[in-house]
Amino acid sequence: MKRPPSLPRSTPLSALVAVLSMLSIATAAFAAPPAPTDVVAKDLPADGGGSALVTWKIPVDVEGLEGFQVWRTESVSESDSRGANERAESLESIRSAAYENEYRRLVDVEGIAPEDAAIQARAVAREAIVGNQGDVTPAETGPHGRFWVLVDTVSPDDDKLLVGQLSVSDEYQFIVYTVVKNADGSVEKSVASAATGMVLPVASFIDVKRLPLLVILVLLCGAVLFFIFWARSGRPMTIRKIAGLSAVDEAVGRATEMGRPILYVPGIQDMDDLQTVAGVTVLGRVAKTAAEYDAKIEVPVSRSLVMSAARETVHSSYLTAGRTDAYNPDLIYYVTDEQFGYTAYVSGLIVREKPAACFYMGCFYAESLILAETGNSVGAIQIAGTAMPSQLPFFVAACDYTLIGEEFFAASAYLSGQPDQLGSLKGQDVGKLIVAAVLIIGCLLATVAVVTDNESLAGAIAWFKDSVLSA
Amino acid sequence: MKRLVPIWITAIVGVVLIVANFLPGARSWGEEATTWFGIIAAVAFVLGGGSLLKVHLKKISDRNSGWAYSLIVLGTFSATLAVGLFKIGVSPNPAFPDVPWSGDVQGQGTPFWWVYEYVFKPLTATMFAMLAFYIASAAFRAFRAKNFEAVLLLGTAFIILLGRTFAGYFLTSWIPVDGPFSGLRIEEMSVYIMQVFNTAGNRAIIIGIALGIASTSLKILMGLDRSYLGGGD
Repeated sequence: MKRPPSLPRSTPLSALVAVLSMLSIATAAFAAPPAPTDVVAKDLPADGGGSALVTWKIPVDVEGLEGFQVWRTESVSESDSRGANERAESLESIRSAAYENEYRRLVDVEGIAPEDAAIQARAVAREAIVGNQGDVTPAETGPHGRFWVLVDTVSPDDDKLLVGQLSVSDEYQFIVYTVVKNADGSVEKSVASAATGMVLPVASFIDVKRLPLLVILVLLCGAVLFFIFWARSGRPMTIRKIAGLSAVDEAVGRATEMGRPILYVPGIQDMDDLQTVAGVTVLGRVAKTAAEYDAKIEVPVSRSLVMSAARETVHSSYLTAGRTDAYNPDLIYYVTDEQFGYTAYVSGLIVREKPAACFYMGCFYAESLILAETGNSVGAIQIAGTAMPSQLPFFVAACDYTLIGEEFFAASAYLSGQPDQLGSLKGQDVGKLIVAAVLIIGCLLATVAVVTDNESLAGAIAWFKDSVLSA
Repeated sequence: MKRLVPIWITAIVGVVLIVANFLPGARSWGEEATTWFGIIAAVAFVLGGGSLLKVHLKKISDRNSGWAYSLIVLGTFSATLAVGLFKIGVSPNPAFPDVPWSGDVQGQGTPFWWVYEYVFKPLTATMFAMLAFYIASAAFRAFRAKNFEAVLLLGTAFIILLGRTFAGYFLTSWIPVDGPFSGLRIEEMSVYIMQVFNTAGNRAIIIGIALGIASTSLKILMGLDRSYLGGGD
């Protein structure tokens, strides 16, 4: 056979080479990207536990590198939960299949009425589950024969990831995938990297990340203690007049003159909230004044524990006023834990009883305005105190006097007038001075960092924000 | 003694909770203390239930005004308690078909779920919805231009309200977005007021609250402030 003249003698070899080249190009175009190497995971030192640092080596010359996916093995509880879900799903499918088969057989073959067939089929389906309790096939595992949970996807420049929220009692392994974006826009993942060794994210003796908070705490508490002892040594302490607390006597007196009750609401949270404790503190003073004036004070509460504490406080106040005979524990009672159930009750009480004075002292949410406006509508003199910034505007708008945040916490010291309590307020002022100084210096430095484009200053400010302020 | 024991318990538990915040090994102590609080609160709940029954039964027996409401309270309380406690109308769990009480009492379609979904939720939503009217009446009173400060408040509120609606955008849409006066667009002014003045004021209050909480906690831990126990010794 004559060869075509246009083709050189080496055509078969060239063609083979060309085909092989094309094949290799095609293979390269669809080949999976290389996985990261040297993947290592270590427990994060000097932390509170539950964190591990995963590092890897970024593969070189990877086109269209999008980032890296870090996966971890599942914890024991996650494994149990997955097993239970798989088992439940499997049993449910067995039950429904058995029910359907039996129901069809009874209705179509034996001609039983649908209602009776459903009852009998349900019994057969139950038997089918009981007989198949152990026959649950586990789901397919992931790479390295383990189940894996995606932790995060990081950018192509990152060669490490701090993994948090791990269980301190479980050991973990990690794998990393390279993620690339192909020319056609599709996203592709490499094979899994080699799994790291087992890591147990244990807690250190002290959580170093929280040390800045400890320093702040020591400074603040030191200032408070210093001024308490300062006040005890006999130095005079003064406190500015707080209108809301000075008005307590006026409000109670008004209720006495009008012959109408006083309503006291100590918020809707439990005794583990400091606002409730502060509310019960003010209640002691209001109850004492009410006992002296022989006015009726009613305290509906939304937590049982608050009821017990409030009864104890009011009883002590009546005892101090020498009016134990007038103390009625039934006027301090539990209504409900439910926010709007409680609100409905107290609103109804205000409308029915028309108290002459209403006190709202504690932690409030959306009910604050409903209560205060209802009290306003019956013409009661109203005094509120809370440390919920979002509710303060409502109380300011609807009440006669409002204790704003720190004033509310200062109530105990203000009402007792004891030197050591007043000293604690002075210590609090030192804390405020420190905060103000940090604010001013921080603002100045941040401005200088922006104006001069100073990276080290910007880094220092970022460290302060991330480490100290978020501790 | 009646005062001393609670003060010591408060001090010890408080110190444990503070230490647990810094020493991870002691974190379980803090969790333990929180569990104790839960147990005490659960015991107190019995007292609360007793108080509820006592107050409303007394109201009914004395035929006080509104005693019928007390009857409704006790009736619905007992009915919900029975439905939840005895799992009335709850089908067994498919995994344990032979155990009659194995079903989820809060599962969809159960009577307890029905009570929550069709009685409780609409009632609470109704109470919450009333807030809209109360906000209107409170705003009407708060924004009366009685003095200079009130005028400032009214003006600021007006800008914020307009800035959150299309009317605000429409009124100043003629000001170029990227021009030197873009800050005078009402929606921009609204954002500026919220981000600068409002945030600054809010943070000042929050800092004061944080310091107040720290100081009060210290006084309670040291037993200096015992007014929440009724005061005195």
